[in-house]
Amino acid sequence: MSSDAPALIESTTIDPASGGGSLPPPGPSLNDDLRRRLRRTEWRGHLRAYLLIAPLLIFVLVSFVLPLSTLVYKSFHDPVVPTGLPLTYKALREWGGPRDEVPTEPVYAALANDMKAAKRDGRAAEIASRLNIEASGLRTTFMRAVRRIDSVESGPWKPYFAGVDPAWESPTTWATVRNLADTNHGLFFLSALDLRKSSQGDVVRQPAEQRIYVEVFIRTIGISALVALLCMAFGFAIAYLLAHAGDRTANLLMILVLLPFWTSLLVRTTAWIVLLQKEGVINSMLLGIGAISQPLPMMYNKFGVAVAMTHILLPFAILPMYSVMRQIPPSFVRAARSLGASPTTAFLRVYLPQCAPGVAAGVLLVFIIALGYYITPALVGGAGDQMISYFIADNLTRALNWGLASAMGVLVLAAVLLLYWAYDKLVGVTNMRLG
Amino acid sequence: MNHPMVQFRSVQKTYDGESLVVKDLNLDIARGEFLTLLGPSGSGKTTSLMMLAGFETATSGDILLDGRPITHIPPEKRDIGMVFQNYALFPHMTVAENVAFPLSVRGIRGAASSEKVARVLGMVGLNDYGSRRPAQLSGGQQQRVAVARALVFEPKLVLMDEPLSALDKQLREQLQYEIKRLHHELGLTIVYVTHDQSEALAMSDRIAVFYQGRVQQLADPVTLYERPANSFVAQFIGENNAIHGRVESIDGHRCRVRVDESLTVPARLVAPLAVSQPARLSIRPERVVVTPPDGSVDVSVPAQVLDVTYLGRYVRMRLSACGSEEFIVTLPNDGREFSPSCTAVQIGWRADDCLALDVL
Ligand SMILES: Nc1ncnc2c1ncn2[C@@H]1O[C@H](COP(=O)(O)OP(=O)(O)OP(=O)(O)O)[C@@H](O)[C@H]1O
Ligand SMILES: [Mg+2]
Repeated sequence: MSSDAPALIESTTIDPASGGGSLPPPGPSLNDDLRRRLRRTEWRGHLRAYLLIAPLLIFVLVSFVLPLSTLVYKSFHDPVVPTGLPLTYKALREWGGPRDEVPTEPVYAALANDMKAAKRDGRAAEIASRLNIEASGLRTTFMRAVRRIDSVESGPWKPYFAGVDPAWESPTTWATVRNLADTNHGLFFLSALDLRKSSQGDVVRQPAEQRIYVEVFIRTIGISALVALLCMAFGFAIAYLLAHAGDRTANLLMILVLLPFWTSLLVRTTAWIVLLQKEGVINSMLLGIGAISQPLPMMYNKFGVAVAMTHILLPFAILPMYSVMRQIPPSFVRAARSLGASPTTAFLRVYLPQCAPGVAAGVLLVFIIALGYYITPALVGGAGDQMISYFIADNLTRALNWGLASAMGVLVLAAVLLLYWAYDKLVGVTNMRLG
Repeated sequence: MNHPMVQFRSVQKTYDGESLVVKDLNLDIARGEFLTLLGPSGSGKTTSLMMLAGFETATSGDILLDGRPITHIPPEKRDIGMVFQNYALFPHMTVAENVAFPLSVRGIRGAASSEKVARVLGMVGLNDYGSRRPAQLSGGQQQRVAVARALVFEPKLVLMDEPLSALDKQLREQLQYEIKRLHHELGLTIVYVTHDQSEALAMSDRIAVFYQGRVQQLADPVTLYERPANSFVAQFIGENNAIHGRVESIDGHRCRVRVDESLTVPARLVAPLAVSQPARLSIRPERVVVTPPDGSVDVSVPAQVLDVTYLGRYVRMRLSACGSEEFIVTLPNDGREFSPSCTAVQIGWRADDCLALDVL
């Protein structure tokens, strides 16, 4: 009877989308009127719901969507140079010479005018910094020309520029300037992937000694995958124990699992430093009982990073697995056994497949959080174990290359979304249970 | 082959070491029998079944299957098919995979397996549903799959723990019939648990009535209904009117019970009662006659109709009689007028329909 109920409702409710459901319309006027009334009541309900969650919606918009869109925007939008040197780019377009040639006098004249304007507006330093990101040294080249530009009234300008810095006579300098002609471009993504635009305007790899980010991306994914796998293995065992222990034991275990959530990340990381360092607790103990004669290097390497991150992220793996395991009634395994399956077979063929959504959710969650991990690798890892967040922070705070930092952020975001998409295709996001 | 299929011998079970959930279970189940464990919630039915299936161990006593003790045989080696209350169909497998599961763990695969699966699915009328997931089936269909899965490996014994309790009445009756049919056709031995007495009466060869960890009576449905062994069984199976009194005289299987100063009632002595002990008389509502013709009854007493409920097939009257305000009479609706409320009537019954039982 209960399975009939929804069908009944379906056939008597008039569905605005399908034009009256499966019932023949009893008459256009009545039907329209009903539909209008339904829409009005529905709309009223929706409005009330939206008003209720409005504060939350605004908060999410301001604190999450806005920064995220700014990040994406900054990764390709870069107007400083093209808006700072508009006449120069106009002249360059009119001249249209090949990239391995130095431009003609009108371009230099336009540049001089742009520089005078920029100096007046106080934007010269900003333009110089942006140019310097593309080719180090360009800041000096640019600022030298700016500094004395007011002392010269009129052209010819080419000798003036050649006089302040010979770089102005090099085609490479001009190629760099021409690469920045567009306000929206993919240069940041190129450098995030260890690529660049050559003076010929082609995409080429960075010189070997300047390639860092691809390796960092690979390392980030590697460490995250390792941590996710470790969390899956340990988390599964702990979740199983939790789900199948008696109530009292389970409660106690649960508190132990949740305890890390109540202490700061920094405290937990420092605790691992205390344990793992050269004169740390573990090394002293092992030395004390004579198991080793030299302290083991357990910190400032991948081992330390993996151990600390696994410990810190473990609850994120345990909780989804636990919640799924709790919902598997014991009768499933019992049914399997009564049907002739050995305990192992029952576990592998009946229990484990039903844990899959929880395991997948846990692993995915840990992997995604690990991708963006910053503090723990920064404190416990060595120079060669830093992950992508470290370099994002480095570009934000030290190199002041926000465009590159944004591009790297967007790449990480894209990787996460891709993963989420793949998960949805494989397991189905609605099957994911997080707790 | 002369020993029973299953024997419970003085089986006791406690979960907490304090109270016995099963107190002293002695039960023989014959080959080919449909035996039902019937009892109120918490009476130990599931526990007994789980001990037989191997998921619980008896605290003391023996359980014998085919004459051999099975205490140390794990569930998967007992060759017992089981249907669970929530069906326990594996949600990640299709219907066919579910049914093929017991075969595949026995190493039967390929054509041999699919042939058996098709046959057993045909038996429960689900030929076309093999590729569906359990979640895409209705409750009744899931139940059939669970039955098919428990039968496909031809176990010597099938256990069913309240397999129909989640279904509505109509579907339940239909499936009762189907399970009964499979029992006949395949010559199965079935141990069935339910707390629905009409289900038990309709299906079983024998019924064991459980109460407080003990079997109160083990008998076929007719005996159970007509000759309940004690007050609990009389009350639990079907409706009955209780009249309290004291045994006045005993003559073999007959006795007389004094209800008050003016009335003594002849009854059939069921419980081992002695003269002057308190007794509880039990009369089924459908055995009471209103305004009985002369000589058709052994007892006739005056009564007052309190209210009348019309139930279609029959009419249910509540009377005040023999000191009780809750004296129930049901009359078949044979088209005749029935006495309206607030009228005084005469009611009667035959001595054979009145049982003298122990007082609870
Ligand atoms: N695993 C267990 N641990 C402790 N006590 C239990 C356990 N299983 C059952 N019991 C107790 O044993 C008693 C009998 O339970 P059982 O499940 O056998 O009852 P039942 O007759 O099947 O009842 P129902 O009709 O409600 O299913 C109950 O009081 C119950 O609380
Ligand atoms: Mg039960």
